[in-house]
Amino acid sequence: MSQKSQMKYSVSDLLPRRVWNEIERVSKERKLTESQKKKLIEEVIKHYSKAFFEPGEAIGIIAAQSISEPATQMTMRTYHFAGSAGIQVTLGLPRMIEIFDAKKEPETPMMTIYLKKEYNDIRHAKKLADEIKERNLQFYATDIRLDLENFQIKIRLKDGIKKSVLDTILTSLQKKFKEAKVRIRGSVLTLEFPSDTDFKKLQKIKKVILYTHVSGISGIKNVIVRKEGDDWVINTLGSNLSEILKLKEVDVKRTKTNNIHETEKVLGIEAARNVIIQEAMSTLQQQGLNVDIRHILLVADAMTFSGRVKAVGRYGVAGSKASVLARAAFEETIKHLTKAALKAEVDEFKGIFENVMVGQVVPAGTGMVELVATFGRGEHGSRKED
Amino acid sequence: MASVKKLEFKILNPEMIKKMSVAKITKTELYDQEGYPVEGGLMDPRLGVVDPGLRCRTCGGFIDTCQGHFGHLELTKPVIHVHYAKFIYNVLKATCRECGRVLLDEADKKELKESKSVSLKSTLSRVKKKCPYCGVEQKKIKFLKPYTIIEDGEMLNPQQIRERLEKIPDEDLEFLGIGEGNRPEWLVLTILPIPPVTVRPSITLETGERSEDDLTHKLVDIVRINQRLRENIELGAPDFIIQDLWELLQYHIATYFDNEISGVPPARHRSGRVLKTLAQRLKSKEGRFRGNLIGKRVNFSARSVISPDPMIDIDEVGVPEIVAKELTIPVRVNENNIEELRKLVLNGPNKWPGANYVIRPDGRRKRITELNKEEIAKELEPGYIVERHLQDGDITIFNRQPSLHRMSMMAHKARIMPYKTFRLNLCVCPPYNADFDGDEMNLHVPQTEEAQTEAMFLAAVPKHIRSPRFSGPIIGAHKDHITGLYLLTYGERMFSRKEAVQSLRSIGYEGEIPKKKEFSGKEIFSFLLPKDLNIEYKAAICVGCDKCKKEKCKYDAYVVIKNGKLIKGTIDEKSVAPEKGILLDKIEAKYGSVFAKKFLDQVNRLSIEVVTMEGVSVSTADYDLPDNVMRDVEKILKDTEKKVNQLIEGYKKGKLQLLVGRTPEETVETLIKTELSQALNKIADLVGDYVKPSYTVIMAKSGARGSMVNFVQTAACIGQETIQGKRIATGYYKRTLPHFKKGDMSLESKGFVFRGYKQGLKPFEFFFDAMNSREGLMDKGVKTRHSGYLERRLIGALQDLKVEYDMTVRDSAGKIIQFIPGGDGLDPSKISEGEMDVTKIADEIFSK
Repeated sequence: MSQKSQMKYSVSDLLPRRVWNEIERVSKERKLTESQKKKLIEEVIKHYSKAFFEPGEAIGIIAAQSISEPATQMTMRTYHFAGSAGIQVTLGLPRMIEIFDAKKEPETPMMTIYLKKEYNDIRHAKKLADEIKERNLQFYATDIRLDLENFQIKIRLKDGIKKSVLDTILTSLQKKFKEAKVRIRGSVLTLEFPSDTDFKKLQKIKKVILYTHVSGISGIKNVIVRKEGDDWVINTLGSNLSEILKLKEVDVKRTKTNNIHETEKVLGIEAARNVIIQEAMSTLQQQGLNVDIRHILLVADAMTFSGRVKAVGRYGVAGSKASVLARAAFEETIKHLTKAALKAEVDEFKGIFENVMVGQVVPAGTGMVELVATFGRGEHGSRKED
Repeated sequence: MASVKKLEFKILNPEMIKKMSVAKITKTELYDQEGYPVEGGLMDPRLGVVDPGLRCRTCGGFIDTCQGHFGHLELTKPVIHVHYAKFIYNVLKATCRECGRVLLDEADKKELKESKSVSLKSTLSRVKKKCPYCGVEQKKIKFLKPYTIIEDGEMLNPQQIRERLEKIPDEDLEFLGIGEGNRPEWLVLTILPIPPVTVRPSITLETGERSEDDLTHKLVDIVRINQRLRENIELGAPDFIIQDLWELLQYHIATYFDNEISGVPPARHRSGRVLKTLAQRLKSKEGRFRGNLIGKRVNFSARSVISPDPMIDIDEVGVPEIVAKELTIPVRVNENNIEELRKLVLNGPNKWPGANYVIRPDGRRKRITELNKEEIAKELEPGYIVERHLQDGDITIFNRQPSLHRMSMMAHKARIMPYKTFRLNLCVCPPYNADFDGDEMNLHVPQTEEAQTEAMFLAAVPKHIRSPRFSGPIIGAHKDHITGLYLLTYGERMFSRKEAVQSLRSIGYEGEIPKKKEFSGKEIFSFLLPKDLNIEYKAAICVGCDKCKKEKCKYDAYVVIKNGKLIKGTIDEKSVAPEKGILLDKIEAKYGSVFAKKFLDQVNRLSIEVVTMEGVSVSTADYDLPDNVMRDVEKILKDTEKKVNQLIEGYKKGKLQLLVGRTPEETVETLIKTELSQALNKIADLVGDYVKPSYTVIMAKSGARGSMVNFVQTAACIGQETIQGKRIATGYYKRTLPHFKKGDMSLESKGFVFRGYKQGLKPFEFFFDAMNSREGLMDKGVKTRHSGYLERRLIGALQDLKVEYDMTVRDSAGKIIQFIPGGDGLDPSKISEGEMDVTKIADEIFSK
């Protein structure tokens, strides 16, 4: 094989499958002959190799700039209703910062639940939505009273509560307050505590008792059923991916949450990466800002390549860089210098900032190559570093 | 060339400090009575020179050749280094108080080593209560900020601590997170390095008084207390006095390292100013790292106010003559340029184009003056270097802060002009985000050929027409250019031969112009297009019909270019504007950046020519609506108000049908909101239909400036003022302003403005409008800060990522982040939006 054809082979090897599929589609659509198709492939490869990244390109800086330059144009207005009857979610710059900070819990956790084919109708969707919505005792109670004389807490319940619900209320209360006697008479729920119980403790119990979990999935604060194309979708405020995925009606493949860490825990790092990408892209698009997905991909990869989600910032990607000087220049100068001394660290001067500091050519772009000029066999013949 | 290959960080040890030292500091005075520095004092002449003309006593160098030398101070009693106090505490906790071994048994050690989690943290979590080696019971140790360590209620003094640290065997150090070659006892200082005077130069004031650096002040304190402590010990002073002085020495040395320790009162200057000590010098934005090492000051740069000049090319910058006379470029004299350079030298430094300096082959610099210029010109021969003035065509780098992306610094060719502002073409305003309300910009002149070439090939304006952010043009014609192109190309407007020839020739069109009496605007525009260009797209004036009629569009909004001829459609925002121009994008992709630059220059000038010919002007009368339209608007508003009042009534009576998952309040607000937006849309449609044609409307529709929303707000009705996306909230008790009744939820009281700006606002409407714009202002301030920090963090995280020769993306440690850059290897600044368009490529090759 000649060197030329070898080169061609390697480029066509790099051609993403997506482009190959496109070529197939186009040539089928236009009923191209074999030779025409070959020509098309050649032409695509030519275009592709022209548009390929050049070695040394400081792709990280470009991505960072491409994301933060439009961020200046984003609104600060935090909340917005997603969809006409949707749920309030954090948007704009605050959400963007939240994503890159890899906050443990988003300000507005949200889930999008898709349903399996056989349950994909409004009846099932509404039923499921009702079932998963978290309800505590407060939802069913109208009034609460503390009877110190008899060591009793009396809760007046709403009318028309189903028997099954009443049973769950009874059992969950009994489970929570083992020392008390729980009973329901008419619409009054009574908890009788032993007579040696401290008054203060009773007061405390009165405060927390209404938050006793009764039904639904904990964390799901509100639900909204929506139609999205052909699908019935449940949007939830609050997120609990692992519990939701256990439900038989739920389409496990499509259901998602906007909580990066939760996704990482339940579905793994690749899923977390996808959440970062999707959330960042949709936040940008929602603001009408046009940013190439490749930049987001790079940030998401930098945040997740170690196998765990790392935030952009001093405790994440930037804080775990190899160079002491680059870290010291970023944030917490003193901490990094004292630690480096203690651990006898060595800065290898392989990054950008370190070399800027000492006034050397940066090892990226045109600074990555070294010119070795050979003028005949003369005295200039072997100018080389080292 | 010498280069820095690596930098090792270690803890300074006492022997090293002594070895480095050239002077032992013993005296507290700085200068004697004659004003000479005292030997053994803190300004010891052996520590280096700061005064011009003097020689260093140690190395014999002058001020620019001697970097200074360290001295040392022997501390009477050892002292803890503040920044390591917490660490020392942790080490004491993890080691035996008797034998100094780490409180881990062999099994633990082995396990930690095997699981590769050897660190101080993991050691601390496994510490035994009893030493596994000597069996001594460990006592409880407490740490008291900032630098006190207490064992069983008794304070450990630095001497005791040091003794304990000394006992720790070398092989245990790795479990304490101490790097190789370091010893923990070095963290307790017995000897203090005294930095050279060059680090803390004293300034001589005009009065002849000397003013010392903050560090010197601090060191004087340390030396003085050290002295007093020694004297007191020698005198056999009582323990508590010695203890106090020791504590004081500890305080002074702690604040010498860091004067911002929490819980410690900062050391102050006599005037009450807080001293800037070592940590403060390095820290934060203005510190050594961020202020001097990452950001540096440069020569060969200029800054001035900018102003527009549509007649220069987009890759040019107008440089004032006085700036050009200051900024120079070094040129090596050779046989070919010697005459030319001689002329420049003869012109001298005051006449442009001239030269300011020559550098002789022996490296001596000579300033050219009016007196010696003839002499120097005669002397000139190959090998000399002439620093000549900036001339037309020289490569410069132009920059506007904030430099948010790489297009904020682009290479322009200089063009020397009269007056004092930098001139730039309007097409490059978007990438710089520049306007002319007083903006200033910076200009840099690359000095070496290497730098100039690099700037020319990588940073030149044409190379940046396409932004890497969204793969589309970021440089393009906008504002008046769009108006001009719209006027030129909309419909079948005819221009006389005179007009056509004048406008084409004035933009530098050199091709043939056919002998025709009249030209249509579309024909004139077509002269700028390459002959094999084919493209179809929808223009910005497209109204979005249900079914696009394409070429037969009655609004002339469907652009068809066939073989370089504009056949149908209007050239407007969608064709050439930054971030939107489809035509510009296509031209850049197909014919390259140089052609695109030429195209832009011509479009730019042609449109200005048309605008000038036409005499575009606007008037407030543009905003007048016919009476019947005004009546209709009023009617819509009345109807809306009625509907809203019904909603409010329904809400108050509790009869409102609730939306899913919403409270009654939320429901009524949402319903009102939709009602209002419907009404405003109706008004906008109405105004759009009946507005009389004017330049104001043309600008809005073509996308040159403003929008129909602005127009409606001025002419008819502003609509709802919002704060944080909601109708104005009740700031007073149950009402927005005291003019309304409590509980009033009507449109008027919640900030709906019924009038347009032109008709004028009622007082409270005006107030609500001001509230809204105030919110906008506050938002802007907060936003710039937050997004600025976001950028800094992103850069901090991604700065070292680059594409390697094996086409992987790696960080500076060589770890692979991506196997193919961007997932598919395509550089967004080299492709048209999105990705490879196979269909388009197929069109290209099979259409012929």
